[in-house]
Amino acid sequence: MKRLIALVILWLLLLPAAVPAADEYGYPIPGAYEATILGTPGPLKAPRPERMSVRQLFLDISPALRKPDVFFYDEGLRCTLAYQDKKAPLVFLIAGTGADDQSQKALAMMAALYGAGYHVITLPSPTHPNFIINASRSHVPGDLTEDAEDLHRAMELAWDRVKADVEVSEFHLCGYSLGGTHAAFVARLDEERKVFNFRKVLLVNPAVNLFNSVNRIEGLLERIPGGPRKIGAYFNRMLAKVTEFYRRGDYVDIDDNLLYAVYKAHLFSHDESGGLIGLSFRISLAGLIFSSDVMTNSGYVVPKNRVLGATDPLGDYFRVAVHLSFLNYFDEYVYPYFRKKRPGLDRSAYIASLGLRSIEGYLKASPKFGAMTNEDDFILVKEEVDYLRGLFGERARIYPRGGHMGNLEYRDNMADFIGFFKQE
Amino acid sequence: MKILLRHAFPFLVAALYLVLSLSGCAATRTSALLPEEPARHTVAEFTDDERVADIADPWEGFNRSMYNFNYRLDKYVFLPVVKGYEFIVPTLAQKGITNFFGNIGELRTLYNSAFQLKGKKFLITFGRFLANSTIGIGGLLDPATQMGLKKQHGDFGQTLGRWNVGAGPYLVLPVLGPNTMRSAGGFAVDAGIRYAAIHTIDPLGNVNHGDVILAGVSTVEAIDMRHRVRFGYYDSGYPFEYDFLRFLYCKWDEMLITK
Repeated sequence: MKRLIALVILWLLLLPAAVPAADEYGYPIPGAYEATILGTPGPLKAPRPERMSVRQLFLDISPALRKPDVFFYDEGLRCTLAYQDKKAPLVFLIAGTGADDQSQKALAMMAALYGAGYHVITLPSPTHPNFIINASRSHVPGDLTEDAEDLHRAMELAWDRVKADVEVSEFHLCGYSLGGTHAAFVARLDEERKVFNFRKVLLVNPAVNLFNSVNRIEGLLERIPGGPRKIGAYFNRMLAKVTEFYRRGDYVDIDDNLLYAVYKAHLFSHDESGGLIGLSFRISLAGLIFSSDVMTNSGYVVPKNRVLGATDPLGDYFRVAVHLSFLNYFDEYVYPYFRKKRPGLDRSAYIASLGLRSIEGYLKASPKFGAMTNEDDFILVKEEVDYLRGLFGERARIYPRGGHMGNLEYRDNMADFIGFFKQE
Repeated sequence: MKILLRHAFPFLVAALYLVLSLSGCAATRTSALLPEEPARHTVAEFTDDERVADIADPWEGFNRSMYNFNYRLDKYVFLPVVKGYEFIVPTLAQKGITNFFGNIGELRTLYNSAFQLKGKKFLITFGRFLANSTIGIGGLLDPATQMGLKKQHGDFGQTLGRWNVGAGPYLVLPVLGPNTMRSAGGFAVDAGIRYAAIHTIDPLGNVNHGDVILAGVSTVEAIDMRHRVRFGYYDSGYPFEYDFLRFLYCKWDEMLITK
């Protein structure tokens, strides 16, 4: 019965797709925002291994660090290791903006790689609070060069922790979304340090330039009524829609089935779906801003010198931080911080340094790189998709649709994903 | 992230509470040496917008302490026990145990559906209980779901909501976690009904040490409950996790009473 329902849902999803999908590619969801939110329908997902040997690592990267009481629960940088009981290649996996080592996407990639016989270590994104607190030396994320140094150091520590227990034949590197862009910078750094000598490096839906991509996500909020300053009202309105839909319909659980039903009923317009992506980015960004501000005592959203305890209400800080845009964060916080550190740093030159073009000579010359992305990934413009094609040639796989990461778990994508690491 | 450990028995709660309170859980606060300076951005700037994911929380100080207490209880007691359980008990048996307690739980849904005058829910739940207790071998299997009878939800908190009792303030309970005054009251009533039912029927009346067996069963039930809840306090590492969980819980509670 459950299978039947799943098939019916799938059929309904395929119906609207039948029109634009005049190609061979079988991923069914045509809208970029919708694909990003819904991901891959269950029956089209690549199968996962039944059992995985998994262990969490908590790395004490800076033993001298005194953590503020408000982060009393933090036990060190959390990474997740999946290990084979035989000698195998190991893939380091860097999560995307605001995501940690246990994010759905990271776990999906981990499962696929594990099923194909790899060891995997997933790391949180340098933009995740856990990384900002523990692994970032500046506690100010967003500078790709410094982020890469922090990531590389974390990888060395993770490897140090597990090398007695897992037998590794060679190392690979992978990252998705902003993590893909990070992976390129980490790979370049490792060429100097010669620690892992990654054989293959895969960038999945990477940003070509961090600043531009994030501003495109921010741009999704421009199209909601009242613009980004009214995200609170927008959030409540969208929520009321879902609540009403649930109340009227024959739903019991609040789960994927409800989500697909919401999609099928066209509850949200295209712009509203985009707004939800923008909003979810803002929620991540709020966590980043708050964590960084507490760690650096910059007085950005928390009064300077205020000591927050384990039970202090934080609602007001959230309310402020969620209303701050990436542009606020960049111009008022990141750029001034790095200008102080590197006197004479020019704003537009700094923005240019936050992307793949700044290291394109290296990327073009090295045969170890590959990229996967989609024509309709809204963090890129067409010119940037073409740039990735030019940069990586045949090693760039560009799918006709899937939005930002929506088609990751689709079985053809997962087969290509694994295929890349298997290549000689 | 359904309600945490609804069925954990009071004696277990008391024992754990004692253990944990000895370990000490109040965070100490160091005072700042330097004077505070106002932040660059404050709420005053954003009063023209509605709040995001905001729920009134008059007992926030208590609730946050309890939230942190539950985090430690989970970390030092429940999660190690559940980990051991998952390691020792075969996956198939774990599934059977989950189904078994789920099936007994249908009785709670059943009488609450009656209290709520929800005929369809009552019939579906009755059908589920019947099918799973018989062809489902005493509830170890769940053929009802395969037959298209979806598991329903019913507890006394929902019944109160059905008859227009307000949710009341948000309340984080020890062990049980996020609640509202209404769901906490409902939980107490359901627990009372259950206690009375067990002592009236007295299923182990002729067995020696029946109460010990009953306590053992309740312990397994509590372990199964925690095993099923895929949520860990502070696992997200997100600084506003408390606020979001509070919001999600209250929304979920609000949506459930419409069913």
